[in-house]
Amino acid sequence: MARSAVQHDNKKLNVSEIIQQKKKSRSVNNYTEKLIPKILFGIAAISVFTTIGIVLTLITETIAFFKDVPFIDFFTGTELKPLGENAVFGVLPLLTGTIISTLIAMLVAIPVGLMTAIFLSEYASEKTRKVLKPLLEILAGIPTIVYGFFAFTFVTPLLSSFIPDLEPTNILSPGIVMGIMIIPMVASLSEDAMSSVPNAMREGALALGATKLEVTWKVVVPAAISGIIASFVLGISRAIGETMIVTIASGSSKNFTFDVTQSMQTMTAYIVEVTGGEAAAGTTLYYSLYAVAMTLFVFTLIMNLLAQYISRKFREEY
Amino acid sequence: MKYIDSEQVHKKMGSRLLANSLAKTIFFLATLFGLVVLIVLIYRVLADGLSWINMDFLMNRLSTDPEKAGIWGAIVGTFWLMLVVAPVTMVLGVGTAIYLEEYAAKGRISSFIKTNISNLAGVPSVVFGILGLTVFARALDLGSVVLAGGLTMALLVLPVVVVASQEAIRAVPQFLREASYGMGATKWQTIKNVVLPAALPGILTGLILALSRAIGETAPLVVIGIPALLIPVPDGIFDKFTILPVQIYYWTIDSALVAEYANLAAATIVILLIVLFAMNSIAILIRNKFQKRY
Repeated sequence: MARSAVQHDNKKLNVSEIIQQKKKSRSVNNYTEKLIPKILFGIAAISVFTTIGIVLTLITETIAFFKDVPFIDFFTGTELKPLGENAVFGVLPLLTGTIISTLIAMLVAIPVGLMTAIFLSEYASEKTRKVLKPLLEILAGIPTIVYGFFAFTFVTPLLSSFIPDLEPTNILSPGIVMGIMIIPMVASLSEDAMSSVPNAMREGALALGATKLEVTWKVVVPAAISGIIASFVLGISRAIGETMIVTIASGSSKNFTFDVTQSMQTMTAYIVEVTGGEAAAGTTLYYSLYAVAMTLFVFTLIMNLLAQYISRKFREEY
Repeated sequence: MKYIDSEQVHKKMGSRLLANSLAKTIFFLATLFGLVVLIVLIYRVLADGLSWINMDFLMNRLSTDPEKAGIWGAIVGTFWLMLVVAPVTMVLGVGTAIYLEEYAAKGRISSFIKTNISNLAGVPSVVFGILGLTVFARALDLGSVVLAGGLTMALLVLPVVVVASQEAIRAVPQFLREASYGMGATKWQTIKNVVLPAALPGILTGLILALSRAIGETAPLVVIGIPALLIPVPDGIFDKFTILPVQIYYWTIDSALVAEYANLAAATIVILLIVLFAMNSIAILIRNKFQKRY
C-alpha cells in the first residue's frame, strides 16, 4: 500500500528519486521516534517541577519569615495578631482551630462512613447498592463552597436552637458539615477494602454459625483493616486541607480556645484571609502566609504518606 | 476436649440475632443520613435561590444592588477559565500518561513520578493557590488574570487527568499494538493512530471530570487575588475575572450585611450545580456510549 501511494504521488519521479525520498522520510521518522520520548519525558517532569516549585517557594519564604519571628515563638505562641504595629505571630490558635475542626469532622465521618461502607458491602442487595452508591457520589461531587453556604445559612441556625450560646460564626458547624462532606470518601474507600475480602472467609464464618454482624465485625473488618484505616487517614488529610467551609462558617477570630461554640480560625482560613487582604510583598504578614502554608503542607504530606504506608505495609494478601 | 453446650448456644441465639438485625437497621440509617443531608441541602438551596433565577439574573452584570445583580461576568469568567485549563491539562496529563504507560522503563524514575503525582493529588487546594500567587501572579507578573488562575487550576487537576488517561491507555489491549507493529508502524505511529483513538473516551471522561472539579474550586482563586469587587466581564485570558464559586463565596460572607445576598448566593449555587450535573452526565454518557470492551 505504501509503495503504491508513493508511486501515485510521484508519477514523474524515477526510481532512484523515490528511493531517496523514502530514505528521507525514514530518517524523519527515526528523528521523531527519538524526539517524542524526550518531549513526553519533559511533560511528565512538569508534575515533579510543580512539587519542587511548591516546596521551594514555601521554604524560601518561610526562611525569610523565621528571620523576623523566632522559630520557637511561632510554634509555642498562643497569640496571633498579624495586623497593627506590635504584630505577634503564634501559630497555636490556628493549629488548635485546625485540629478541633478536624476532630469534629472525623467524629462525624468515621462512624457514619464506616457504617455506610459496612451496609453497602455486607448487607445491601445488589439492587440497593446500585441506587445508593451513585447518590453518595453526588454528595462527594458537590463543591465545598456549597457546603460552606449550607453550614453558614442552615446548620449554624439549626444548632443554635439547641445551643443558645452558639456564636454566629463557630467551629462546631463547619466541623460537622466537613464531616458530612468526607463521609462518601471514607465510605467508598472502606467499601473497596471490604469488598476485596474473599467470600470464602465470610462463608467459613457463616458455616460455623456466626451471624452476619459477627462475620462483619470479627472477620471482614479485621481483614480489611489496613484499607479502612488508610481511608480514615486520607479523610483526616482532607479535613486539614479543607478551606472554604471553615473560612465561611467559622469566621476569622484568632482565639486560642477549646470551646467549640466560639469562632476559631484554621490554617487554611488564615491563608485565605491574609491573601484576600492583599498583603504587601516583603512584610512579615506576607511571609507568615508561607510559614502557615508550609506547616499545612507538612501536616497533609505526613498524613498522605502515612495512608500510603499503612495500606502497603499492613495489607493482607489473599 | 470441650463440647459445644447446645443449651448455651440456644440461650444466646436470640440476643445474637437481635443484635444482628439491630445493627442492620443502624447501618441502614447511617447510609440514609448522608442522603438526607443531600436532600436537605438541595431543598434549602432551591428554596432560597430558585425564585431569584430569571434571564436578568443570568445576563446582568455584577451589582451591589441585589435586585439588579446578575452573574453574566462570572459565567463568562468560568468559560474563559475552562478554555485555559482544558488544553493545558489535556497536553500535560495525556503526555505524562503516555510517557508513564508506553515509554518509561519500570524503574526508579517512573515510580518516582507516580508517587509524586499521587502526593500532588493530596496537596490542599489552598497551597496550589499560594503557588499560583507566587509563581504566576507575582513572579511572572501576570496579576490575578484568567491565565494565572487557569494555569494554577490546570496543575491542581492534573493528577485527575493523568490517572484517568493512564487507566484508559492501560485498557487498550496489547494485540492492537502488536497488529500495528506488524504492519510496520513505528512506536509513535502506533500510539498516535491506534492507542490514543482507542483510549480517547476514557481520556475525555477524565478531562471533563477534571474540568468540573476546576470550576467548583474556590480557594486557589481567592488566594491568587480575585477581589470582592465588581469585576467587568472579561474579554480574554489577560483580563481580571471572577467565577461562579468565588461569587458565591463573597455573597455568602456578605449576607450578614445584606440579607438578600444569601438568596443571590443560593441562586448562583443552583446554576453551578446545574452546570456540574450537566458536565458529569456528559462524562458518564461518553464512558457508557463509546468505551469499547475488548
